[in-house]
Amino acid sequence: MEAERIDGRTANQLRPLACSHNILNRAHGSASWSQGDTKVLAAVYGPKAGTKKNENPEKACIEIIWKPKTGQIGKLEKEYEMILKRTLQSICVLTINPNTTTSVIVQVVNDDGAVSFMVKNLSHNSVVSGGFGLLYKDNQGSNPSTPNFKKDGGFILPPPCAALVDAGIPLKHLAVAICCCLTESEYVMLDPTKLEEQKMKAFAYLVFPNSILSVLPEGALKVKGEPMEHGIITSVTQGAMSVDNYLNCLERGRAASTKMSAFLRRSLQPQIPGDSSKAE
Amino acid sequence: MGLPDAPGDLSSEVEVDAFRRLFPLRFYERHLTESIRPDARPLGRARDTTIALGAVASADGSALAKIGSTTMLAAIKMEVMTPSLELLDEGCIAIDFHMPPICSPIVRPGRPAEAVPVVSKQLSDTISRHGHYMLTYGSSGMINLKELSLVSGKAAWMAYLDIYCLDADGALFDAALLSAVAAFSHSPDLLENCPCLAVQIPAVSLNDDGKIVVVSEENGRKLDEDSVNKEKRKLTLKSIPFSLTCILHKNYILADPTAEEESIMETLVTVVLDSASQLVSLYKPGGPVLAYTSAVQDCVALTRQRVKELQKILDEANSGIEVD
Repeated sequence: MEAERIDGRTANQLRPLACSHNILNRAHGSASWSQGDTKVLAAVYGPKAGTKKNENPEKACIEIIWKPKTGQIGKLEKEYEMILKRTLQSICVLTINPNTTTSVIVQVVNDDGAVSFMVKNLSHNSVVSGGFGLLYKDNQGSNPSTPNFKKDGGFILPPPCAALVDAGIPLKHLAVAICCCLTESEYVMLDPTKLEEQKMKAFAYLVFPNSILSVLPEGALKVKGEPMEHGIITSVTQGAMSVDNYLNCLERGRAASTKMSAFLRRSLQPQIPGDSSKAE
Repeated sequence: MGLPDAPGDLSSEVEVDAFRRLFPLRFYERHLTESIRPDARPLGRARDTTIALGAVASADGSALAKIGSTTMLAAIKMEVMTPSLELLDEGCIAIDFHMPPICSPIVRPGRPAEAVPVVSKQLSDTISRHGHYMLTYGSSGMINLKELSLVSGKAAWMAYLDIYCLDADGALFDAALLSAVAAFSHSPDLLENCPCLAVQIPAVSLNDDGKIVVVSEENGRKLDEDSVNKEKRKLTLKSIPFSLTCILHKNYILADPTAEEESIMETLVTVVLDSASQLVSLYKPGGPVLAYTSAVQDCVALTRQRVKELQKILDEANSGIEVD
């Protein structure tokens, strides 16, 4: 029952990933992420003083601006902005800089399927690297509950995460996004291209937290018997599928997210100087 | 009140209200440890739901749905249009969700609320088929758009569904979906296996210029002979979607949150199941709490229960109309 994919990938294979940081020199943090032909660019500015009208001034606020490749901004973009904002708010440590606004601007450069997810990885990345006063922890010892946990999450909700990493915004952990789709023969495939997207019966877009490399013993990180990285941060589905198929997608998604986390960790690695603190 | 150690005199009552405003999270957590919420509901129970069909007399189908205080008014108007070149034998459903300032103190005129595009998009994903990928596999949406076609290539129905939020007190998507489904299902004969929805599709006929015109009811007998769609006066709803929004907070799952609960505990999960038990949507837009498989399964189980309740309420509302 192996479905043949046009570009010869297997069902569980992701497209080749490429990520780069610090590409825009005015932005406080920036990253570019490409997965196959889909390419997204994210930039992070902030924190700036003051929050918007209806936001809680005791916490930092994140503002997302999503720019599609063509066309005007409509409901779809607003919805993406809202989802991204909530996802990033759950990742960032909001109590460190209260009453500030961080802007994340996302530009879709090329859309070949699975854009919304890439976007998350990217902005994450740019927030983490680059910017002001970075303190990198040692490779092994990142306790996820420490506020200044910046590197070594390796989670990268594609572009925005990468951009957040690049800007040096404190994060709890990073996040990885995966798109699973269901063909009509109940077969789950990961990371569809635009052509494949059109033939699918249903999709699930899932965002998982990054797997943690930690000095703490394994047991301390489990919640209800499941390791932390199995929890879903965000899930958006389209099309009808049975509950079992959805749970199946979750399983595949988790497996793929560990691979993505490893990639992100590797791509952030060369950015870190050998020692812990940077003398800038 | 839910606090067991609060004596009944006025001074402590004032204190409780102040406590609720100043420390809302602690107030709620104090209740959650006793497995109850401030409005005396157990954690898994939804608020009282009512549906009133035919609320807007001039519309082709309408319904007013209330879940607790959240009130939504849905109305459908049908109009003939020429179908698009790519989808020649399909009609169209245009869904519009409005949150006028009457619904909530946070919504001001001129600036649409943040929830509007989100609920709007979720509704259109659930109700109508969209995108090329749905074409081949049949609709996962409620309505088969091919039924809205009149003369292939020349005329098809366009259904304008407008949903107005009259009172926003949490769980907006649930109430909006319920009112939309009820408006479509405004039907005199509701069969069990095949719910027929008779939005009253007006009778139309082809006039001499080759245009479709609505035949008014006054022409009486002539109607049935000339009308193009005399056989197709009812829409069939395949499987009706119902939804439930839950809040995840630490280890608790609260079903059907009010606006106050939503603003304090920010992690929402909306599960939409249809009557064939297919998962139409599982929507969790971020939020500080992670959803593990056990939480997902619990939410789905709560939603299944809710689907049965809502199905019953909808059937009662429909049979109520029938009797009249």
